Amino acid sequence: MSKLTDLTITGARAGLDAGEFSARELTEAHIDAMAQHKVLNTFITETPEVALTAADAADKRRAGGQVASPMDGIPIAMKDLFCTADVRTTAGSHILEPFVPPYESTVSAKLKAGGTVMLGKANLDEFAMGSANITSYYGTVTNPWVAGGGDNRQRVPGGSSGGSAAAVAARIAIAATGTDTGGSIRQPASYCGIVGMKPTYGRCSRWGVVAYASSLDQPGPMTRSVEDAATMLQVMAGHDPKDSTSAPYATPDFSEKLKTGVKGLRIGVPKEYRVDGMPGEIDRIWEQGADWLRAQGAEVVEISLLHTKYALPAYYIIALAEASSNLARYDGVRFGLRVPGNDLKEMYENTRAEGFGAEVKRRIMIGTYVLSAGYYDAYYIKAQKVRSLILQDFTSAFEKVDAILTPTAPSAAFALGEKQDDPVAMYLNDVFTVPASMAGLPAISVPGGLSDEGLPLGLHLIAKPFDEVTLFQAAQALEDAAGFEARPAGY
Amino acid sequence: MALDQATVARIANLARIKVSEDELQAWASDLSAIISFVEQLDEVNVDGVEPMTGVGDFSLPLRPDVVTDSGYVDAVTGNAPEGAGHFYAVPKVVE
Repeated sequence: MSKLTDLTITGARAGLDAGEFSARELTEAHIDAMAQHKVLNTFITETPEVALTAADAADKRRAGGQVASPMDGIPIAMKDLFCTADVRTTAGSHILEPFVPPYESTVSAKLKAGGTVMLGKANLDEFAMGSANITSYYGTVTNPWVAGGGDNRQRVPGGSSGGSAAAVAARIAIAATGTDTGGSIRQPASYCGIVGMKPTYGRCSRWGVVAYASSLDQPGPMTRSVEDAATMLQVMAGHDPKDSTSAPYATPDFSEKLKTGVKGLRIGVPKEYRVDGMPGEIDRIWEQGADWLRAQGAEVVEISLLHTKYALPAYYIIALAEASSNLARYDGVRFGLRVPGNDLKEMYENTRAEGFGAEVKRRIMIGTYVLSAGYYDAYYIKAQKVRSLILQDFTSAFEKVDAILTPTAPSAAFALGEKQDDPVAMYLNDVFTVPASMAGLPAISVPGGLSDEGLPLGLHLIAKPFDEVTLFQAAQALEDAAGFEARPAGY
Repeated sequence: MALDQATVARIANLARIKVSEDELQAWASDLSAIISFVEQLDEVNVDGVEPMTGVGDFSLPLRPDVVTDSGYVDAVTGNAPEGAGHFYAVPKVVE
């Protein structure tokens, strides 16, 4: 039998069903891994006792011939952006350091009701704002991968769901929740060599998820196989009356076409994604991905998404405007940190100056500026119009194709310290993931292979709104062809 | 467009974030770099284009105007950094 920490959801479920091991044994193996790999700093708050109680309950259910969901008894990491009842929820920020929610987010409640075992609250960029997990108040997360050839530099896991991605890659958790606003699930999945999936906007409830940019935020699964991602989304998804943007649609069987193959599917390759200065290895993995799909009978056609170049600047207006509005709630009055001042206004200003890190302040200030009187039309309304054009590009493209294939990120995981002083260079990490976010489309990153340095590179698929079934179908074909077996040394 | 120190001070005030005098210049160049990046949008012709205010083509749902969730004041006020009974306490705002 393979190590318990090497199992996928599918594998662990089979073992649990066959009585080869208990949920408690499975959980203990992962708690040991969590203790052993503390150096990665993947968790802000560890909850081993919560985990063992949940595992025992899962074992009891199974002994009685019942399972709560396909994930009953499966140990997972919960991004510390999901409010969890009676378990501290920080969003990676100093300002929420003392915050213990009295309520549970809808998505984490569904996972809990499904019997999953929460190992702890995974580290992330502060308020999910970042692409390298270096903005967390609770320290940077280390990517378990290092380059080959004696280059031992510490690599970033990507962000903002960096703790989630590193925990899954390092075999600390079988799966993890993430949230994706402009690439925060898919880019860290690519950097850490795992599968990361952003559902259609509205597929999963945002209720109880600490808000960054409400028209873009979307929870999703992070796993070590495409099948696991489909299984986990099945537990997470569904209409929620508590989130008015949650889609009032029935949840399909996301695994329905995993074994169907891609024969006859039309896959678009957008020419505008071939950006200047793209590293050769990114271009090669992209070509390789197209070849893999073609070899399995898909028809690969070139398409045009004319406004691709403008997705990122439009994103940095819209997301930051929404952030400045959402984060106005942190005022030191009702919850979180309070720093005293001589009057109410000074108390607000002191609290927010001390409670927010530099990147969060940067984003709040830009957002405040683009929404301020005299600039609103020039920046915010303009960006919303450009967003319409980006959506129109995708809508036209999807008249011709079933899914779109691109690279996930313009590079492999970079070394800690690189790009740190240049916010715009950091923002460019999301250049391939942001357009789908702007259009609200489902998208997935699947490990495609290794870079010249021996670091993982992801392939990115985008599908039509609410067509996650086709997305998983095509993603499974990529996974089958890639046969990605590499793993970070020592994990 | 480059932001000057006065603009940064104005934004910081609107955002209720304390920024000291000696930080203003650093913030001004930092924020200006991002603003010039997003100003690429000036190249795009958006004449006659409707702004996209949300994703999805369903309209905002309405529900009956009835109380569905209440009755736990302790939980609601339990996280207050400073409180008095079931109230939030703030620095004095009236003379």
